[in-house]
Amino acid sequence: MNDLHKPSRSAYDAIIIGAGHNGLTCGAYLAKAGRRVLILERRHVVGGAAVSEEIYPGFTYSVCSYVVSLLRPNIIRDLQLPRHGLEMIPLDCSFTPLPDGRSLVRWGDAARTRREIARFSPRDADLYPEFGLAMGKLARFSKDIIDHPAPDPASFGPKDLLRWARLGRAMGEMDADLRYLNLQLLTMSAADFLDRWFESDVLKAPMSCSGIIGTFLGVRSPGTAYVMLHHYMGEIDGAFRAWGFAKGGTGSVSRALASAATSLGAEILTEAPVERVALRSGRATGVVLGSGDEIRARTVISAVDPRRTFFGLVGREQLDADFVKQIERYKLRGSSGKVNLALDRIPEFISRPGDGPHLRGDIAIAPSVDYLERAYDQAKYGDFSERPYLNVVIPSTVDPSVAPPGKHVVSIFVQYAPYRIKEGPERWPERRDAFGDAVIDTLAEYCPNLKDSILHRQVLTPWDLEQEFGLTEGNIFHGELSLEQLLFLRPAAGWARYRTPIRDLWICASGTHPGGGVMGAPGELAARAVLRSGAA
Amino acid sequence: MRWKEWAGHYAVCSYDVHHDREYFAIRHAAALIDVSPLHKYEITGRDAAAFLARVMVRDIRKLKVGRVVYLCWCDDEGKVIDDGTVARLDERHYRVTANAPALAWLRLHALPFEVGIEDSSERLGALALQGPTSRDILSEATGTDLDGMKFFDVMRAVVAGAPIQLSRTGYTGDLGFEMWVERGRALDVWDAVVKVGESYRLETVGLDAMDVSRVEAGFILNGVDYFSANQCLIESRKSTPYEIGLGWTVKLDREPFVGQAALREENASGSSWALVGLDYDWDEYEALYNEFRLPPQVPAGAWRSAVPVYAGSRQVGQATSGAWSPILKRNLALASVGAEHAKAGTRLRIEVTVEYRRRTVAATVVETPFFDPERKRA
Repeated sequence: MNDLHKPSRSAYDAIIIGAGHNGLTCGAYLAKAGRRVLILERRHVVGGAAVSEEIYPGFTYSVCSYVVSLLRPNIIRDLQLPRHGLEMIPLDCSFTPLPDGRSLVRWGDAARTRREIARFSPRDADLYPEFGLAMGKLARFSKDIIDHPAPDPASFGPKDLLRWARLGRAMGEMDADLRYLNLQLLTMSAADFLDRWFESDVLKAPMSCSGIIGTFLGVRSPGTAYVMLHHYMGEIDGAFRAWGFAKGGTGSVSRALASAATSLGAEILTEAPVERVALRSGRATGVVLGSGDEIRARTVISAVDPRRTFFGLVGREQLDADFVKQIERYKLRGSSGKVNLALDRIPEFISRPGDGPHLRGDIAIAPSVDYLERAYDQAKYGDFSERPYLNVVIPSTVDPSVAPPGKHVVSIFVQYAPYRIKEGPERWPERRDAFGDAVIDTLAEYCPNLKDSILHRQVLTPWDLEQEFGLTEGNIFHGELSLEQLLFLRPAAGWARYRTPIRDLWICASGTHPGGGVMGAPGELAARAVLRSGAA
Repeated sequence: MRWKEWAGHYAVCSYDVHHDREYFAIRHAAALIDVSPLHKYEITGRDAAAFLARVMVRDIRKLKVGRVVYLCWCDDEGKVIDDGTVARLDERHYRVTANAPALAWLRLHALPFEVGIEDSSERLGALALQGPTSRDILSEATGTDLDGMKFFDVMRAVVAGAPIQLSRTGYTGDLGFEMWVERGRALDVWDAVVKVGESYRLETVGLDAMDVSRVEAGFILNGVDYFSANQCLIESRKSTPYEIGLGWTVKLDREPFVGQAALREENASGSSWALVGLDYDWDEYEALYNEFRLPPQVPAGAWRSAVPVYAGSRQVGQATSGAWSPILKRNLALASVGAEHAKAGTRLRIEVTVEYRRRTVAATVVETPFFDPERKRA
C-alpha cells in the first residue's frame, strides 16, 4: 500500500474522502478508468468499519463488520480481488441455542435442516424450503435494484423511464402471489410476516433478527420484513443467502481493495484527516486537510455518511434550507454495539457441548420473539438491553490465521445499544463496562465456560463507533435501512444518484443507494455515475 | 460420507454431505487426505539413476538425495504413458509414484541395468497433509523444525514413533506435504497428525475437495485430461508431453531415453495440440442463465465429463475437467485445443448446458496455475 505522507501531486481528477470499503471501491473503479485518484483516510489503517486489527497480541479481530455477504461478485472479478489477497470462507450454518438446553441449527444441507426444524414443528420443517424459494425469487428481483442506480418516481427523464420499465418488466414476470408477497414484505413487521408462514417461535425468532440488524426498530415494528429480505440477498458464488468470512478478518476485503486500487494507480494516504471540502463559488475544488494543506481535484467524492458529509465537511450555510431539513431528518440512530473476545479455548455450549461444525456458522442468541421485543423495549426508553440479541461468530474455527493454535476469537454483534442512552451519548464511556458485562453474562448463560476462558475483551459502544470510526450516532449502515430512506430516497429525495447539491461534490458510501453492508455497490455505482457525467 | 473405488481400494470422496468445508480446509487450514492407493515403486541398486534416466523424460542422474521431481514417461513414439514423481531417498534408492500400474513397463526396460524394482504400493501408506497450517502441524508432530524444508524436498522423520519419509509435495497447489509410511503404522501416524492438528483446524478431507484444488492448481490427471498411451484404442487419443503441458519436464539433450527421437522431432517441428486453462466469461454465463430467469449456477464440484470447445462455430478441442473456484470466483476448465488457439488471451467458446439446452459461452485462454499462492513455495 502507498503510505507516503504527502500526495504525489497538487491536483487530481478525484479525491475520495474516507478509505472505507466503498471509498476504496469507488477509487479503484476510477483509477481503472485511467483517472488520477487520491484516497484520504483519517485513521492509520484503511477499511473504515471493514477493518481487522490485532488489538491483543496474536489475535486478529474483525473490529466492526464481521461477515461478508453482499460484496458484489462482479466487483470481486472486475478488480481481481483474489489476486490481491481476498479469500472468502462460507459460513456453514446458523445455530440458535436455547436457555432450556435445546437448540436449533439451520445447516447448508436442506435435509439436515428439515430434521432440525421438525423437532420443533414438522409443519414448519416442510414450509421452510418454500419460504426460502419465495424469498429467493424476491431477492432476485431486488438484485436488479441493487445492481443499478435507483429510478426516481418524480422524474420523467428517459433514463428513469427506462429504469422503471426494467423494474416493471421484472415485476410483470412475478406471479400474482409473489407480487402480494412483495407488498407484505414492504409493509409488515418481520415477526408478523413470519407468523404468516411458521408456527414455531424457536424458528421465527432467529429468522426475524435479520429484520432488525442495524435499525432502531423491533421485530414487531412495521417495515422490518423488508430489511429481512435485504439480508437474504447475501450472495456468494452466485448462490443467494450465503454468508462468509474473509480470511484474516473483514479488513482483508479492504486491504485487497486498497491493493487493487493502488495497483491501478490510485494513491492512498492514511492519517490524513480531511477538515473540510474546499469550495469556490459553490463548487467543490478540493479538500483542506487537518494540517491546513489544501489539495485540489476536479471532483471530490465523500465516502463518509451523509450527515457528516454535508454538515461536517461542507457546512449547512452552503446548502438550501430544504436539503438541510432532509439531511437533518435522515435517521442515523445507532442501535448496536460490538464485543470482541480473545479466548484460550473453544466456547462450549450447554446445548451442544464440544467443538463441532455448529460453531462454524453464526450463532444467534434469540430464543424467542418476545425476548427480542423485550430487548427493544429497554432500548426505546434509553437503555441498552440487559439481555440483548447477539449474533456471534467464531472465525478462528475456519480461519486459523486469526488466533494462535487452539485459541479463538469471538465476534459478538449486540443489539440493542441505543446511541442516545438516557444519560446522553457522551456518557457511554462510563457505561461501557456494564454494557460489556451484560453481553458476556448473556452469552455465559448458554456457554458456561466462557468467562473463565476470556483473555481479552474489546467493547465498542455506538459512541465508540462514532468517535473512532466516524459513523454518525454509531449507525453501522450510514443511515437506517428503513423503507423511507432507501432507493430514490437515500440519502435525500432528488439526490439519490451520488450527486449532491454542491457541484463537483459526490457521495459514494452506504448512505447512498443501495445501502449498507460490505457490498461495495454504492462505491461502484458512484464511480460509474461520476465517469458517465464526465466530472472526473 | 461418500466413497468410491480408487485402484481397487475404497477411498473417501467426502466425509460430509458436501465437500465445501473440506475444500476450505485445504486453502485456509490443513487437510489430511488418504492417498494410499497411489502406485509406488522402489528402485534400488547401482544403476538405479541410469535406469530411471533411461525411462523418464528427465535426467534423473542429476537428482540429488533428498529431492523430488515431477515428470512423465513415454513410449517409443514419445506418447505419454503416465505422469508422477521420482524421489531420491538415498544414494541408491529412488521412489516412483504413478497414477496407473507401471511395474511391467518398468521391468521391461530394466534388463540391461543392475536394479531392483519393488512394487511398494500395498506395503506403503501415503498420507497427504495440505494447507497453510500443514507445516506447523508437522513440525509439532515430528518434533522437527520444517521451516528449512524446501518445495520438493524429501527427508526422514518420525511421527508417533513410526519412521516416515516426508516430502514437501502434493496435488493441491498449496503449501503441503506427503507422508510415506509402512502400512501397519499408517493409522498411528494418521491419528497423531489429527490430534496435533486439532489446534490448527485440521480436517480430514476426501478426494472431491482435492479435485477442485487440483483444477485450480492446473494439474492434469491421467485418464481424464489425457490418456495413457498403453490404454488407447486409437492413435488420436494419445498425447505427447508437449501437447499436455509437460514439455518443460522433457530434457532432450542427453543420453538416449525412451521416446527421445520422437520427442526431439516434435520439439523441432512443433506440436499440433496444447493443454490450456480456460476462464469462462462471467457476464455471458450470467446472461445465459438470465434468459431462463435463473440465477447463475456454478458446478457444485469439479467435473470430468468433457465438453466441446469452439473457435467461432468450429470445434477446436475439448475441455476435459473443470471447476468453479470458490477462492477466485471464476469458472475454470482445463482444455486440449489446437496449438494455434493456445495463446493466452485467445477467446474461445465452451459448451454449457442450461435448463437442458446446449449453448456456448465465451472463455479466455489463461495461464495455469489459476491459483498459485506464495506459500506453496515459501
